[in-house]
Amino acid sequence: MKVSLSWLKDYVPIEMEADDIADALTMAGLEVEMIADRYDYLKSVVVGCITEINPHPNADKLKVCQVDIGDRIIPVICGASNITVNMLAPLALPDTCFPDGKVLEINTIRGITSEGMLCSEAELRLGLDTSGIMRLSSQLHIGNNLAKELKLSDIVLEIDLTPNRPDCLSMIGIAREIAAIQKTCVRYPDAEVFDARNRIENFTSVTIEDLDLCPRYAARLLEDITIAPSPFWLQDRLLSVGLRPINNIVDITNFVLMETGQPLHAFDFDRLAENRIVVRRAKEGEVFTTLDLKERILNSDMLLICDGEKPVAIAGIMGGYNSEIEKSTTRVLIESAYFNPTGIRKTSKRLCLNTEASHRFERGVDPGGIIMALNRAAYLMIESGGGRLIDGIIDEYPQKICKKTIPLSVVNTNRVLGTRLTQNEIEKLLKSIDFEIEINTTDQLTVSPPSFRVDISRPVDLMEELARLSGYDNIPTTFPLIPANAGKTIRERDLRDKIKNLMIGFGFNEIISYSFINKQSLDFLQLAPNDTRRNAVNILNPLTEDQAIMRTSLLPGLLETMRHNIAQQIRNLRLFEVGKVFISSNPDNLPEETQMIAGLWTGSRVNASWLSKEINCDFYDIKGVVEGLFTALNIDDVAFTQLPSNICNYTKAGYTAQILLGNRMLGLVGEIHPQVLENYNLKQAAFVFEFNVDQCVNLVSEIKQTKAIPKFPATSRDITIIIPKTIESIEILDSVKNLKEELVENIYLFDVFEGHPIPKEKKSVSFRITYRSFQKTLEDDDINTLHKIITDKLLKEFAATLPV
Amino acid sequence: MEKTIEQIYVDALKQLKTASDPESIKSLSIHYIGRKGIVTQFLRNISKLPQKERPQAGKRANEVKKLLDQKFKEALRELKTTTSETTDQIDVSLPGRIVLQGTLHPITQITRQVCDIFTRLGFDIAEGPEVETDYYNFEALNIPKNHPARDMQDTFYVSENIVLRTQTSPMQIRVMEKHTPPVRIIAPGKVYRCDSDLTHTPMFHQVEGLLVDENISFGNLKGILTTFVHRIFDDQTSLRFRPSFFPFTEPSAEVDILCVMCRGRGCRVCSQTGWLEVLGAGMVHPKVFENVCYDTTRYTGFAFGMGIERIAMLKYGIDDIRKYFENDLRFLRQF
Repeated sequence: MKVSLSWLKDYVPIEMEADDIADALTMAGLEVEMIADRYDYLKSVVVGCITEINPHPNADKLKVCQVDIGDRIIPVICGASNITVNMLAPLALPDTCFPDGKVLEINTIRGITSEGMLCSEAELRLGLDTSGIMRLSSQLHIGNNLAKELKLSDIVLEIDLTPNRPDCLSMIGIAREIAAIQKTCVRYPDAEVFDARNRIENFTSVTIEDLDLCPRYAARLLEDITIAPSPFWLQDRLLSVGLRPINNIVDITNFVLMETGQPLHAFDFDRLAENRIVVRRAKEGEVFTTLDLKERILNSDMLLICDGEKPVAIAGIMGGYNSEIEKSTTRVLIESAYFNPTGIRKTSKRLCLNTEASHRFERGVDPGGIIMALNRAAYLMIESGGGRLIDGIIDEYPQKICKKTIPLSVVNTNRVLGTRLTQNEIEKLLKSIDFEIEINTTDQLTVSPPSFRVDISRPVDLMEELARLSGYDNIPTTFPLIPANAGKTIRERDLRDKIKNLMIGFGFNEIISYSFINKQSLDFLQLAPNDTRRNAVNILNPLTEDQAIMRTSLLPGLLETMRHNIAQQIRNLRLFEVGKVFISSNPDNLPEETQMIAGLWTGSRVNASWLSKEINCDFYDIKGVVEGLFTALNIDDVAFTQLPSNICNYTKAGYTAQILLGNRMLGLVGEIHPQVLENYNLKQAAFVFEFNVDQCVNLVSEIKQTKAIPKFPATSRDITIIIPKTIESIEILDSVKNLKEELVENIYLFDVFEGHPIPKEKKSVSFRITYRSFQKTLEDDDINTLHKIITDKLLKEFAATLPV
Repeated sequence: MEKTIEQIYVDALKQLKTASDPESIKSLSIHYIGRKGIVTQFLRNISKLPQKERPQAGKRANEVKKLLDQKFKEALRELKTTTSETTDQIDVSLPGRIVLQGTLHPITQITRQVCDIFTRLGFDIAEGPEVETDYYNFEALNIPKNHPARDMQDTFYVSENIVLRTQTSPMQIRVMEKHTPPVRIIAPGKVYRCDSDLTHTPMFHQVEGLLVDENISFGNLKGILTTFVHRIFDDQTSLRFRPSFFPFTEPSAEVDILCVMCRGRGCRVCSQTGWLEVLGAGMVHPKVFENVCYDTTRYTGFAFGMGIERIAMLKYGIDDIRKYFENDLRFLRQF
């Protein structure tokens, strides 16, 4: 909310500097976001002296003036008739930004250049006169800044109010806070009206049909009003806080709204059918045109203000086009009411219609301030609209909103705040903001907040006021007495951290991408129609289509990141992400959230350098990373076998391995399918892996047991066999391992060869078996016998042959 | 008898002095102490000496053999060091086969720093769902439906009662439902709000904190958060607590630090105020305790929350929050 200091000064003397007030308000919980002088737009307007006036050679109505601006004389074209030589007038220099938003430029009008602009009062928003150039006192200094010369300065504070403080949504509200800070008093504005003739009851009536949504409705009636533009002071006040003047009656309702925080509405009384007010709920589907000329479709939760026949306003939100104040209006009914905050909130949300009025009603206006605001508006209307007041007031208020009384304990207050406030101090602080106090015992008080503090209902609300008033900075900083337990972490989280550390050790960069993806991504990944990853969580109100569903895979994020970086000419990438994927079973239940890791390697394995030319990465690079990862995590016995092609469509069939632990599939590693690359507009091969991290938690043993280091030497024997191409090397390794021969320490594959002279459907594979005993140095004979047994087993099992 | 062992020794040393390359030293070595060398021959022929000279001559010959061996090796070593230093070298300025480490995302790094500080203070870590029920995200935190406080956060909805969590605060409820006091936790994680500009992304990271016990006061809150700010920034960082509003805490506070860029003089980063908002905090609202059936007469507590992106922006001088999720390698490699 914007408040101007000059306006505030109507209600409270301001003794402090603007910066200090801003700081004090901020520290009292009313955060000042911006401080600005509302006359900043005058910064390049100076006092000019017209030294010469000549007719414009090419335009009858224009004149070419020479204007002295102190350091030089400039040519200015002017069309006003009231200018004279030696007259002082405001001169706007180029780049002046006028209050209506226009920016002044150097202009050439019909062949003559104008280097500035002589201005009227209205153009500078310093008055209403539009008839000619503003005449300045001859006492002013030529060339000086106009605002400085006229002593124009009004600091405007922009305050970011929290939703609990509707009482501060007004000048008087802010003035009360400043008064509490300065320990001074608020001076309330004149609202005393002298009733004239006739009784209001003879003209009109108010019927409230729904007391839940409208507990109180008050009205006054004025006659013989003349609709006209508001006086300058009123327009100026509204403009100072960013409101647009309309006419005297509407401006006064807005002025009182800004002044007191109570929204008012003015009806043209003669346009109200049967000259009466009925407050009722809307009918389901009822249509109503608001004064912004928009048709609104209503429902039965919404409250309407009606006349004898039809709706004339949506209660507390916006008036209707059909009862608006017009030029011809002479009789005005002013409404001042209290509407149920939740009701207003629902209606405003439903209609997407947020107004100054609804903003205040939904937070709660002062139920005790209704009449004061009504009288204040009547007072001002009589003063500026020349009308007369009809005697009396209508105030439908059958069930009074009662005054709250809240018990407060001194001991509890100090326990919660960590302060040592005495009962006396508490009393003083609360009284400074108009709270009433009754002292019961040395510990207990009964506190009644003023009616405008609708946010106060519990003892803790009072404690907050006390903390705020005594100053958060004055509360002693202390430490809790708590056991010196070291904090516990979560195993799953620790594992993720460990994996991240390992991955960066492998040269991978961690990325974090948005958890939401485009729905199209699922098609881009070619997921099968029955793939569970198609069961995504849909967001009802996404910002863009690219963020419409929660991800069910980390791959779209990696591929998008790859695309982004390649577009930036970074083609060698090693990326990984650890994060959740979300699988939904039913939109009314929470989805299953699983922590996954995915990695991507594309571009080079070895960069071009003086040592080597560039070598591109391949499947075995990314697989090596996964193997390294599991080794580092001490998860043994992870096996990689060909993934059946129907399981994963986003990797290339035949170039994808499943990561197996026993029979359980942990994840996969493979090459991205060329069609998927194309879908993402990518042109270079990419290799990925992904697995479920949560699943690995129980595989990582927290206890490590060391093994003895062997004392006796090892001996190795090689074996080369020729087998069908379709046999995976892991089958051979497993076959040897399954022998569980204790002298076989290790077997590893060191060569695979295909091509001449090996037959077409076959390949030659070579292994090295390391033999070692823990008891003795092995003799050649022992090893040869065992090696023969193993060789024979392999030859038989895999229909293998020995090389010729 | 030909030469005496002493003569052989003197000859050998004389010849060694004139030898200037490794090859000639090596052949001298073979000539004197090789398998068929003069000294070796001398030892082999020792039986031909008179009986009483034998022990003396044998001993001396062995000594000489050892001494010569030493001298030859020394000479070779000397020669090697002088020659290799002058003629044999590599261009050490050529780039090596560099092994580059990857980088942790800055959000991960700051989250770790925050968690480390609080676990040292005895806080346990807790985690929970990112897709949350309306109850945990709002209702249980004293943010009823149709309350203006809901405007403080723009919410992504999945269904009428399911949202993407807008804050990590639902973890307060989830933890208190499962544990009786004392409770001391922090909960890091992703949160979501429909907002996107220079300072907002629809997804960002928060760390929530909660401490509940007997006799926990607002003063304690100030103590813990002051320690935290001093550890995550530095001991010279001044901070201030100012009143604010969150539906689930009361009294509520916003914690500002003196601007790290201008040290309070006022700059673009702090919008000329000299202060930067880094934390929201407050005493747990009694309504929240009632929702988890805690005895409000016995227990008090405080809660706090912070945005990781914000802290990282201040610590690393990042000016556009969207950079975090673009994952441009030229950005990531800087961390």
